Amino acid sequence: MNFQDIIFYIFSAILVTSALGVITVRNPVYSALLLVLAFVTCAGLWLLLEAEFLAITLVLVYVGAVMVLFLFVVMMLDINLDQLREGFWKWFPFGALVALIMVGEMTMVLMGKYFGLEEMPAPSAQDADYSNTRALGRLIYTEYVYAFELAAVLLLVAMVAAIALTLRHREDKRSTNSSKQVQVKKEDRLRIVAMPSEKKE
Amino acid sequence: MEYIQQQFIQMFGAEWGAMLFSLATNMTFIFAIVIPLLLGVAYLTFAERKIIAYMQIRVGPNRVTFFGIPWLRGWGQPIADAVKAIMKEIVIPTGANKFLFILAPILTIMPALAAWAVIPFSPELVLANINAGLLYILAMTSMGIYGIIIAGWASNSKYAFLGAMRSAAQVVSYELAMGFALVCVLMMSQSLNLGDIVNGQQGDSLLNWYLIPLFPMFLVYLISGVAETNRAPFDVAEGESEIVAGFHVDYSGMAFTVFFLAEYSNMILVAALTSIMFLGGWLPPVDIAPFTLIPGFIWLLLKIAFILFFFLWFRATFPRYRYDQIMRLGWKVFIPITLIWIVLLGLIMQLPESVRKLPPLNIWF
Repeated sequence: MNFQDIIFYIFSAILVTSALGVITVRNPVYSALLLVLAFVTCAGLWLLLEAEFLAITLVLVYVGAVMVLFLFVVMMLDINLDQLREGFWKWFPFGALVALIMVGEMTMVLMGKYFGLEEMPAPSAQDADYSNTRALGRLIYTEYVYAFELAAVLLLVAMVAAIALTLRHREDKRSTNSSKQVQVKKEDRLRIVAMPSEKKE
Repeated sequence: MEYIQQQFIQMFGAEWGAMLFSLATNMTFIFAIVIPLLLGVAYLTFAERKIIAYMQIRVGPNRVTFFGIPWLRGWGQPIADAVKAIMKEIVIPTGANKFLFILAPILTIMPALAAWAVIPFSPELVLANINAGLLYILAMTSMGIYGIIIAGWASNSKYAFLGAMRSAAQVVSYELAMGFALVCVLMMSQSLNLGDIVNGQQGDSLLNWYLIPLFPMFLVYLISGVAETNRAPFDVAEGESEIVAGFHVDYSGMAFTVFFLAEYSNMILVAALTSIMFLGGWLPPVDIAPFTLIPGFIWLLLKIAFILFFFLWFRATFPRYRYDQIMRLGWKVFIPITLIWIVLLGLIMQLPESVRKLPPLNIWF
């Protein structure tokens, strides 16, 4: 066992424990934070696989943006755990079935001959100056450009839809227009009156 | 160095010896960065108090001195403040979540220090010369927000929670503008490595720095940096006139000081990044004799100090932004500017070779 293996096992242990914690911890804020920990350790594992671009993007996107908003929502909600737990046993068989099917599918994929060592040999280590980002960029913008653009459009549509669903104009609210406020000149608001000084009675 | 490495290999075997040796050298390097950084933070607070004082026609701290030396009056102030903070009791409110309450300041300072790993101080002097350095910086700075929102939530106080929410919304919004400004930098340098970014600005004089072709991006980055670090005039997260002191209202003693340290080391980090990406990092302003004799490290420090002065100057000059104005500035002003500049830059880079060789374009492209 060398140094890298030890790091791998430490990271995997933290990853599995925190992932278990996400679904077992009672406090939703803790479970969101454990998910953050899971993402960060997962990024560490990806770094061991020399996928530095994906690893850093995972931290940047999921930890830096998605989970912040998640945590935001979870902190503001007043969640009653007993109420959430009520339907647990009723839905348990259904959930178990879905889980079993997923496990089955994953075994079919991973045990199939496509993931055998003959089909996919372990990649050899790259040089120190090999840029993962550059390689990924080349592929995305040449070979997979249509798929990439389609994914981007899909995300844009989803974003526009989400905004359109939540946007509402309220007539009873008095709103301010910042750009008008910023552009106000002194002459618009201020009137200097010249008047002679008054005598004391 | 060679000798010590040999000793390690003899003691622990070839593989383990090399690993432990690199671990030991890295630890030394980390301490060599973090300790001066924390000292810098201490004296940045002193500089801030002094500079703002002189701007407001006051004197500032002028009592505490070392060994009674009269001309050092005031210079002992940051040390005295640190000692005071260590001695004070850390009060944990009754309704607070104890674990998260203590974790929050740690989560704030961790990314503020970790981001320094990829900062190049001179061509050779960098802890981790990774080829995705810029992305790493973005990832680390985006993690700083956790400490603030956890602090606000764990304090179990309305003011703290309001401050945390304001801060989170502000940081997430300005991160976009900041990221787009950096996209322009990496379009110019065609590399994510910070060392390569500085090398891309090499030339005869400061005309080659990215400051000039990317001037609007420089402004966007600097202002977003001020907003990201929750400094005045964007300090609504603290807003002492509205929400007392925001997310750290319930913190005291060393726990509060850690937030303070994180804020100031983030300031120094933003200043360092601005100097590396727009002001040519360790490069001298003019590439002739008296300037090139000064080591690059000193130039970088001077540039950082120059940008930091702006931070303090802003604080002494501008009144606090209103919250909706902050959001407007981030989303409706900065993001469109950065997007336009990215398109413009892309168009210039796609111009035919003969046009790009004409002055002044030949300096940068």
